Amino acid sequence: MADKMKVKITVNGTLYEREVEPRLLLSDFIRHDLGLTGTHVGCEHGLCGACTVLMNGEAVRSCILFTVMADGADIKTVESLGTMEKMHPIQEAFQEKHALQCGFCTPGFLMTTVEYLGKNPNPTAEEAREAIDGNFCRCTGYENIVEAVQLAAKKMAAHEQ
Amino acid sequence: MTESLISKSIKRNEDPRLLTGNSTFIDDIEFPGMLHVAIKRSDYAHGVIKSIDTSEAKKIPGVVAIYTAEDLGDYWKAGPLQVPPPTAIPGAIFHARPLECIAKNKIRFSGEPIAVVVAESRYIAEDALDYIYLDVEMLDYVGDLEKAVEPGSALVHEDLGSNLAADVVQEVGNYEKAAAEADVVIKKRIVTTHVAGGAIENRGFVAQWDDNMKILNCWATTQGPIPMRNSIARYLGLMENQIRMINPSIGGGFGPKIMSSQIDDVIIPWIAMKLKKPIKWFEDRRENFLGTTSERDQVHYAEIALKNDGTILGVKDVFYHNTGAYDPYGMTIPLNTQTHVISNYKVPNYYTEIKMVFTNQMVVTPVRGAGRSHGIFVMERLLDAAAKKLGMDPVELRRKNLLPPEAFPFKTGVTGQDFVENILDSGNYPMALEKTVQALEYDKFKKEIQPKLRAEGKHKGIGIIMFTEGTAVGPYEGAKVMVGVTGKVNVVCAYSNQGQGHYTTLAQICASQLGVKVTDINVVIGDTGQFQWGVGAFASRGITLVGTAVHQASLKVREKALELGSKLLNTPKEELELEDGCIRIADLPEKSISLGELAMKANPTRGTVEEGMEPGLEAAAYYGPPHGATGFGCLGMIIDVDAETCKPKIERLVLTDDCGTPINPMIVDGQLHGGLQMGIGESFYEKLVYDEYGQMVTASYMDYLFPQASDMPAKMEIKHSVTPSPLNPLGVKGIGEAGAICVPACFMQALEDALYENDLDIVESSLNPSMLFHYVQKAKSA
Repeated sequence: MADKMKVKITVNGTLYEREVEPRLLLSDFIRHDLGLTGTHVGCEHGLCGACTVLMNGEAVRSCILFTVMADGADIKTVESLGTMEKMHPIQEAFQEKHALQCGFCTPGFLMTTVEYLGKNPNPTAEEAREAIDGNFCRCTGYENIVEAVQLAAKKMAAHEQ
Repeated sequence: MTESLISKSIKRNEDPRLLTGNSTFIDDIEFPGMLHVAIKRSDYAHGVIKSIDTSEAKKIPGVVAIYTAEDLGDYWKAGPLQVPPPTAIPGAIFHARPLECIAKNKIRFSGEPIAVVVAESRYIAEDALDYIYLDVEMLDYVGDLEKAVEPGSALVHEDLGSNLAADVVQEVGNYEKAAAEADVVIKKRIVTTHVAGGAIENRGFVAQWDDNMKILNCWATTQGPIPMRNSIARYLGLMENQIRMINPSIGGGFGPKIMSSQIDDVIIPWIAMKLKKPIKWFEDRRENFLGTTSERDQVHYAEIALKNDGTILGVKDVFYHNTGAYDPYGMTIPLNTQTHVISNYKVPNYYTEIKMVFTNQMVVTPVRGAGRSHGIFVMERLLDAAAKKLGMDPVELRRKNLLPPEAFPFKTGVTGQDFVENILDSGNYPMALEKTVQALEYDKFKKEIQPKLRAEGKHKGIGIIMFTEGTAVGPYEGAKVMVGVTGKVNVVCAYSNQGQGHYTTLAQICASQLGVKVTDINVVIGDTGQFQWGVGAFASRGITLVGTAVHQASLKVREKALELGSKLLNTPKEELELEDGCIRIADLPEKSISLGELAMKANPTRGTVEEGMEPGLEAAAYYGPPHGATGFGCLGMIIDVDAETCKPKIERLVLTDDCGTPINPMIVDGQLHGGLQMGIGESFYEKLVYDEYGQMVTASYMDYLFPQASDMPAKMEIKHSVTPSPLNPLGVKGIGEAGAICVPACFMQALEDALYENDLDIVESSLNPSMLFHYVQKAKSA
């Protein structure tokens, strides 16, 4: 087995210095080493998007990245958004639009949406649909998620005013 | 008057924890010293095990133990049948071959477990899998349903002498006589496709044995916690209350998570007790494709006999049903098929025969739809062929034959999956048909729009089909309602939730009786330490069975609270009201007592009580219907097909659905949306494919096409009608499977209509651009 490697990774604003196996997946590091279990793993081959996190602001699939590839990076997970008592506007929009059922894929959708609305703060329905096309959901048929992304955009615009 | 919260679209109680990463799913459970399991699965589909060599794998640092069937000794035994045989049907032949959780002498499907590795980490456990060597004497693969039952086929279970697992004939009237008298008889071979459940969360199991207390704590993604607990108790020789089975949050079910007596729930508790360590197994996606259950694989030889005016005289359907390598789930799926073929129309003569077949494929158990969609597909395809043959409009043909509203309750004469005669409890099919027809402007589309489009060289087709959804079958479910000393209320049951919204809908039902806020009701689902009785989440039965039990238990608690309140407030019950979390005198609202205070008083700690007194503001109730409640609807779609690439685009989708009283209309629509997505997936994207050696070639999401947002229509237009079920006090029916049931039949009708220049005869429930192209070429060369 290969020697462990030192990494420094900032996750949700906290700097973690750890020694990890080179083969440790970023998703496993986040979930099992750091205990941030809001990030979920659905396919382990980069297709379903449940494990989506932000790495230096970009939405990435943490199940097909090694932890060592994130050395020096700034990672944001679903835990960086709101709390149960005070949810982030995107989370509020998902609840109001019934954009989740089992909720397993949801953290990936949320992080995809965070990145996307940063780039396009006022998407049309078609654009919102395109934005979430890489995330799988088995429960909702996506329609309410598309609506939630648009509602979230409105809520975030109102927040900024 | 306590405010009713039934039929209100209330935001879900469970959402904040799910949205913020505060839910515990199975793989989130961690204990100090926990060991991890990985399962070695056979790469061969059919063979005799010569040897399994684990010696090299055992040498890997961090590997704690490896177990094969041989290592299990007497513990190894085939599991119980999860669904009993259909002995209620006269003449039914059924050969029980319950699941062998780990292959002993013989391998019967590719993906079948052959060894279990326990290691300090999942990474190490998976490393070890590559060092386990399996020596097998290969046998011929059995995969073709029709060839499997011909003489000379290799045998999945040699002792049976045939691969025929079951043969069940049911007949109403006399089909042969009807066919002889008919003007037109149409015969078709129709195939339904093999699809996966595809929950985004795979299955998982965690076990922790407390050796001092002799308590086995288990967490599982099961849809049936009580049957799974009981299976474990039987295996391990424990009392039921020595096992606490808990459902954590579950990331979707869709059917395959119903199975118990599989490798995980049989072996992992045994290992946890043996090693006295907490053990975790979390399935990976490849295992889920290979080794978990799936469904839909049927081949039908179907006929319909009609008069020239379109009146149906009879239907005959002889079909092969793939049960995979074992048949632990009995005949639920094909029995659903038998009942659903004739569930919408007047069919006076019906002959139906199931030939259930063992194959060298993963075990088949229900996937959302569970045999119903196949029955609907067969009947609607027959009607489409009949409409063409008779030169009738397909909607007109349906209109002519629909069961009228006054026919209900309607006895079909066929025994269903619940082993009682299938009775359609209520319905108004013509209303559903006309709603969809109107919303799509069917006549205008056919007479004005489509001719113009065709003149412009465009290929836009319309499809309209009817369906039913047999839901809410017995035997029973139960629930307990308890007011706590804080005035908040607990609702507990041993059902299972995979996203259906029960934390909210069951709270709505309870709150409507107890006058508390929905957010003040804590619903616990699937914890056998809190509730000991139940069956499980299947057949869209949760809201009807558990919901009715919650309703009845809430009524009892309400009565108890009013009785006690009446004594404490010195006022007759009739003058009291239950609202805002307290009991008060209707005319003197300042004279009140809170539910929390009443709960304290209902549990006296000194003094004496009256004889027969039951403490607490608590009551349990159980509900079992005499037969299922049948939802129904009509789906219409307009599909635009690019004739060159054969790529379809769903331009409009209108679904009229009737599930009786909706408890939470927002959640009902959500269920329909998700079901429709699975139906669209089945129709044009998803397909499990085995090659000629029994290797699944679609065991990843690269190969198994999961429907994505861009594959869905821009808007699913959902219309409702409400025909309350007469079977239960709330008038509810299930809703979980409607969307998945109805799409393929409608999709194929619309494709045939779109590519009208060629007389397509689509006989499969799943296509893709290439297959559709081939249909067109075949029709052109015909």
